Amino acid sequence: MSLLTALSAIGILAVLFGGILGYAAIRFKVDSDPLVDQIDEILPQTQCGQCGYPGCRPYAEAIAGGDAINKCPPGGEATIKKLADLMGVEAKPLDAAQTPAIKRVAYIREDECIGCTKCIQACPVDAIVGASKLMHTVLSDECTGCDLCVEPCPVDCIEMLPVPVTTDSWKWNLNTIQVRVLE
Amino acid sequence: METLFQKIQSGALWDFHGGIHPPTRKSQTSQKPIAVMPVPERLYIPLRQHTGVAGQLLVQEGQRVLKGQALTASDNAMTVPVHAATSGTVIAITEHTSAHPSSLPEPAIILEPDGLDEWRPREPMSLTTADNHAILERIQDSGIAGLGGAGFPTHLKIGKYQEIKYLIINAAECEPYITADDLLMQEEATTIVKGIDILCKLLNPQIVLIGLENDKPVASAAMKAACSQRQNYHIREVPVKYPSGGQKQLIKLLTGQEVPSGRRSTDIGIVMLNIGTVFAIAQAVLDDHPLISRVVTVTGDTLSQPQNVLALIGTPVSTLLSYCGFQPERRQRVIMGGPMMGFTLPDLSVPVVKITNCILAPTHKELPAAREETDCIRCSACADACPATLLPQQLLWYSKAQDTDKLKEYNLFDCIECGACAYVCPSEIPLVQYYRVAKADIREQQRDALKAEQTKARFDARNQRLEQEKQERLRRNQELAAARQKAQQDTGASNAVADALARIKARQQQTEPAGDQNREHIIAEREKQKQQARAYQQRKTVTGQQTAEAGTPATQSETAVPAENAQQAAIAAAIARAKAKKAQTKSAPTEDIAAETPAAAVTTANETTTDDPRKAAIAAAIARAKAKQAQQSTEAKEAPPAATVTTTNEAATDDPRKAAIAAAVARAKARKQTNSESS
Repeated sequence: MSLLTALSAIGILAVLFGGILGYAAIRFKVDSDPLVDQIDEILPQTQCGQCGYPGCRPYAEAIAGGDAINKCPPGGEATIKKLADLMGVEAKPLDAAQTPAIKRVAYIREDECIGCTKCIQACPVDAIVGASKLMHTVLSDECTGCDLCVEPCPVDCIEMLPVPVTTDSWKWNLNTIQVRVLE
Repeated sequence: METLFQKIQSGALWDFHGGIHPPTRKSQTSQKPIAVMPVPERLYIPLRQHTGVAGQLLVQEGQRVLKGQALTASDNAMTVPVHAATSGTVIAITEHTSAHPSSLPEPAIILEPDGLDEWRPREPMSLTTADNHAILERIQDSGIAGLGGAGFPTHLKIGKYQEIKYLIINAAECEPYITADDLLMQEEATTIVKGIDILCKLLNPQIVLIGLENDKPVASAAMKAACSQRQNYHIREVPVKYPSGGQKQLIKLLTGQEVPSGRRSTDIGIVMLNIGTVFAIAQAVLDDHPLISRVVTVTGDTLSQPQNVLALIGTPVSTLLSYCGFQPERRQRVIMGGPMMGFTLPDLSVPVVKITNCILAPTHKELPAAREETDCIRCSACADACPATLLPQQLLWYSKAQDTDKLKEYNLFDCIECGACAYVCPSEIPLVQYYRVAKADIREQQRDALKAEQTKARFDARNQRLEQEKQERLRRNQELAAARQKAQQDTGASNAVADALARIKARQQQTEPAGDQNREHIIAEREKQKQQARAYQQRKTVTGQQTAEAGTPATQSETAVPAENAQQAAIAAAIARAKAKKAQTKSAPTEDIAAETPAAAVTTANETTTDDPRKAAIAAAIARAKAKQAQQSTEAKEAPPAATVTTTNEAATDDPRKAAIAAAVARAKARKQTNSESS
C-alpha cells in the first residue's frame, strides 16, 4: 500500500512539474537566439564579408551554429579572444588565408572618377556619396574599410589607405614622457 | 553643530589621501618679475589648442592679419578660435610639430610678424551694462580654454546650467619648478579679481575660494589686498603637497567634498577655474584682448636666466630658451610642462600653446634619466601615495595583461595621471605610462564599439531601403501588368491565358506532321551557329598573335612623344596605352588596321593633350574604363566560347552582359520563327 502511495505521489509530482515546464516553455519562448545577438555585438560590423558570409549577422549565426571563430580579419585577435570567451572554445589564431587587420579606409582619386555609381551600389554602409556622371567621394568617418568598393570600380581609382594616427587616436609610447625622480 | 558651509566659510581645511613632497625648486624663478619677450621672427599657431575640434580657417596664405584677429571661427560649441598674436602676414598654413606628447604634425598657421604690432579695433565691455550671454560669447570668441593644462573650453564650463554653490579659483600650482601663476598673482592681482567679478556675475556662487599653496607668501598677500573689498572672496592657503592642484584634490582640500567617480564638479555645485584662465577672462571682457599670450615659466639649470616670460602664443620653444640664456648639454632634454606631468619635446620648433605653463631644460644632474625598470615588489608605496585612492599595483598588473574589464573595475579612469605612484616606486616602474597606454587602448575600444554600432545601424537601414525599393518595384510591375490586362480586355481582345492555351493545343495537334520540318530547320540553324563560332575562334587566335606584334610599335611611339610637359606626356601615354589595348581587342576582324591603330591612337592622344588637362583626364579615365571592360570581355569570351557564338561580331567586343542579352534575343527570335513556321 505504502509503495503505491509513494509511486502515485511521485507520479503526480512528475506530471505537475512536467506541466509547469511545458507551459513555461511556451509562455516564455525566446524568438531569436540570444547567442547570435551576443556574437553579433562582438563582431566589428564592417560588413566586409571576408569571413565568407554576407555580413556580420550571418557570420554570427554561423558561429552560433558551430563555425570557426577565427574568420574575422577586421576584428583581429581581440575579437577572437572575446568570441572564445563567449563560446567557451579555444582562441585560435586568425585564419592563415586572411591578412591581419590594419585599419584602412577607402579613398577615391577624385579626378579619375567617372561617376559610374558602381562603388555606391557595392558599399554596405552607404559611405560613398555621388551621383551618376558626377564625382564620388568616401565619407571616411563612415567607411569600415571592407574593400568591397575596390573591385567594382571600372577605372581602378579607389585605393585603401591606412587610417593615419592623430593626436586623438595616438597611443602613449612608454618612453615619451619623463616621470623622473627628483632627488 | 556647524554646517559644512559654515565650516568652509570659517576657513576650515581638509586633507586628501596620499600625495608626495618632491623638492619644489620654485625659488629660481619666483622672485623675478615677468619678462616681456620681444616678438619672435616666426609664430607657429596651431589651429587646435583646446580639447574639442578646430574651427574653420578664416585666413588665407599671404593675407595680412592684425593683432588679435581671429584666425579660425568659433562655429560650434566645442570650438574656440585662435588669434594672431601680433600683426603680420600668414606665410603658410601647413602641418607643424604639435605641442603634444606624440609630437605628431598638426595643422598650424605660420605667421611672419611685421613688427608694427597693430591691433584690430577693440570693443571693451562694461561689466555693469553687458548681459551674461554677451559675456559668454565674448569669452568663447576670445579663444579662452582652461590654461591649467586640460584646455577645456571655458565658456562650456561657466555656461550656467546648474545651481553653483562654490566657485574655486585654482592657484595651487603644486608641480615643482612652475611659478607662472604665482607671478601672475603677484603682478596682476587686481585684474584677476576683476575676472572673478565677471565669473560671479555669470555664475552667482555663494562663496568664492581662491586656493593656493602656502609657499607663495607674496602672491597671497597681493591677492588678499586686491580682495579686501569683497566679502565673499576667501584666500585659502593649503599646505604644500603634490598634487593639491588637481581639481578633485583641491575640491577635497577646500570643501571636504568628493566628486563622484565619472561625474563633473558642476554636478555637486562646484566650478573650478585656473587663475590664469580668470586673468584671461578679465582681459577678454574688459579690454577685448583675446588669448594671444600667456605667462610661461622657463627654468632649469641649463639656463643662465631662468624666469617667467610673457610669451606670445605660437612662439617656438627654441626662441624662448635662447631668450633665457640656454646653454644645452650633450643630449639635452627639454620638457614641456612640469617634471611630473610634462613630456619631452622631440625638437625645439614646437610652439608655446594655450596650455603651456612651463618649459623645463634641466641638466642631467638636476633631473637624472630614469633607471631600469625592475619587477614590482608589492611594497604598496604607490597605493599610499595615490591621491585618487586607487590601487596602482593592481592597475599595473591588469594594464600589462590588457584586462579591460578588470581595469574598469579598479577605476582606472579615476586616475589623474599625476605621477605620484611612479615617483615613490622603489622599482622605478613608470606606472603612469602603463595607465596612459591602457586608457588609450580602452578609449580606442570604446570608439570602435561606437563605430560598430553606427555601422550596423547604417547597414540595417540600407538593407531595409533596398528591400523597400524591391517591393515597390514589384508592386509597380504588378500594377502595370494589371493595367495592361485591363486594357486588353477593354479593347475586346480575348484573355491572354486562354489564347496561350489555345495555341498550345493547336501546336500539339500539329506536332506530328510539322515535326520533321521543324527539326530540319533547327539543325540548319545549329549548323549556321557552329560555322559562326568557328570563324570567330579563328579570328581570335589571329588577334592573339597580333597583340604581341602591336605591343611593340605602341611602346615605341610612346617614347617618341616629346616630354615638354611631363604630366601631359604621362596622360598621353596612358591614353595611348588604353587605346592600344582597346584596338587590340576591337580590331579583331581586320589584321592590317590593327597594326596601324596604335600610331593613330598616339596622334589622337597628342591632339587631346593640346586641350585642357581636365578633358585629357576625362579622356584618360574613359580610356581606362574601356580598356578594363575590353579586358574583361576577352577573358569572358575565352572561358565560355559557346555562350557568345550566336551573337554578332559587334556584340562580341562589348561586355559579356550585353553579349548575353543579344544571345537571348537571338534565341527568342529563332524560337519565334520556328513557332510561326510550325503554326
